[in-house]
Amino acid sequence: MNVHDKYKPLTFWERTYLPRIWDGLVITMRHFFRNLWHFTLARVGVDREWKGAVTFQYPEVRRPFHPRLRTLHRLTRREDGSPRCVACMMCETVCPAKCIYIVAGQRPEKEIEKYPVRFDIDLGMCIFCGYCVEACPEDAIRMDTGIIEIASYSRKDMILTKERLLSLEPRTEYYTARKDLELASKSRILMSAESETSAAAH
Amino acid sequence: MTEIGITLAKGFFFIFIFVFGTAALLTWVERKQSAVMQDRIGANRASIFGLRIFGLFHIIADSLKMFVKEDFTPAGAERVLYSIAPGITMFFALVAFAAIPFADKLIIGGHEFVMQIANLNVGILYVFAVMSMAVYGVVLGSWASNNNYSLIGGLRATAQMISYEVAIGVSIIGVLLVYQTIDLQEIVRAQGALLGGWLPQWGILYQPIGFLLFLTTGIAETKRIPFDVPEGESEIIGYHLEYSSMRFGMFFLTDLIETVLIASITVTLFLGGWQFPYLMPDGFHFPWGGTIALSNLSVTILQFLTFTIKVSVLLWFMMIIRWTLPRFRYDQVMFLGWKILLPVALANIMITAAVIAFL
Repeated sequence: MNVHDKYKPLTFWERTYLPRIWDGLVITMRHFFRNLWHFTLARVGVDREWKGAVTFQYPEVRRPFHPRLRTLHRLTRREDGSPRCVACMMCETVCPAKCIYIVAGQRPEKEIEKYPVRFDIDLGMCIFCGYCVEACPEDAIRMDTGIIEIASYSRKDMILTKERLLSLEPRTEYYTARKDLELASKSRILMSAESETSAAAH
Repeated sequence: MTEIGITLAKGFFFIFIFVFGTAALLTWVERKQSAVMQDRIGANRASIFGLRIFGLFHIIADSLKMFVKEDFTPAGAERVLYSIAPGITMFFALVAFAAIPFADKLIIGGHEFVMQIANLNVGILYVFAVMSMAVYGVVLGSWASNNNYSLIGGLRATAQMISYEVAIGVSIIGVLLVYQTIDLQEIVRAQGALLGGWLPQWGILYQPIGFLLFLTTGIAETKRIPFDVPEGESEIIGYHLEYSSMRFGMFFLTDLIETVLIASITVTLFLGGWQFPYLMPDGFHFPWGGTIALSNLSVTILQFLTFTIKVSVLLWFMMIIRWTLPRFRYDQVMFLGWKILLPVALANIMITAAVIAFL
């Protein structure tokens, strides 16, 4: 069947283009007046629930991250505070952007032989793929600091040293809790199941 | 000598305060209104001592940015024309306001001052003559920048202006037939008459199709979405492609000034101008009896406020249209101008003339 046969020919009134313009204007005006009403209510302090906008006022209010979002790297520590990294070079090898630079050093203990003397990540080259985190056998590198503002004024400042990476802490409060996310996805599944059953009933 | 002084004072007040103030405010309105329409908040970060007042300081911040940016002239540009082109457009857009009546007569110490910069008896012709000159700045600027995309924008601007000047000129003839004059002040005075003793005789009442045609062609004259083929942000950058800093700012502001101009003319011709319903030169005369006597000064202020509010409402409506409709393709613009608007406008004249002749 020809695709065009599905559509009825437009009537004269429809072809004047005016009814569609009016429909569009009604939609935008409805949004305008509704949002203006809620802005005004929020401004005078009556209604704080409905903000009238979906905007997050970013530097003051942060949008919660997805739990799997990859943010700035950090190096984890053992209980004694020494880096968990054993300088096995797995991350350096797997890194597709070649942005990790490790210099290994000898440790006196028998069970852990090596430690990183240098562990540099060049953020100017990093593509935030997260392969280093996946490759690490010691859970020594993670990307859960919640830092996404990594701009700097020079390329030199983009290089993270071992000391800086070790000093970073995980920021769980920036992330959506995993159980909240599961709840949300469960309700979404329920909703879609409901709509399917209702569609089947019709 | 005093006459020149009075005209200059009126020009300063109406053009530099009213028009520039409205146009500058429109840059803020445009951002804020589109944000509210699209469930956003809009620009609100510019602040002075932590004071934000709904982002109104963005007007100052924007103009400051415009002034301190590099004023770039491309190699191979016609320097003189390139420099004066934004001025030409802006000059003609501003000068058109000279014939707009902002209020009726103001009497101070026995002297009558008409609240109109130049009281021309061919007002409407003057406005349209000047308005069509504004495209020269666009074309000269686009040609002088020595850039092919600019030139395409300029040519499109010319084509669009020619097409829509015809339709806009024809669409107002109905109003002129109804009120039997081309003096804008007289047209507004005629609209104060009451039909059947209670209904103000506004132009939209007699010329609803004329109003629709005029608003459509008027929006096309302002070169804004949905008629922004000369600019064409998404394909060619348009006639001001090479312009930067305040020269670009002048082109940008001219668009908004033209929007104010179109709104003012529409209000003057179709929405009763400065006429407030039942407000006569000596106060309110309600059709159900009862009068409120007012002094000449307060009546003039009320009339000016009425005009401002009408223009603001129309500007709001034009902004809604600009942020609702998608832009037309070039051939659609030409099709609409020549094959729909012009025939409908001509038919409108015929019907109006026939009705006037036989009634």
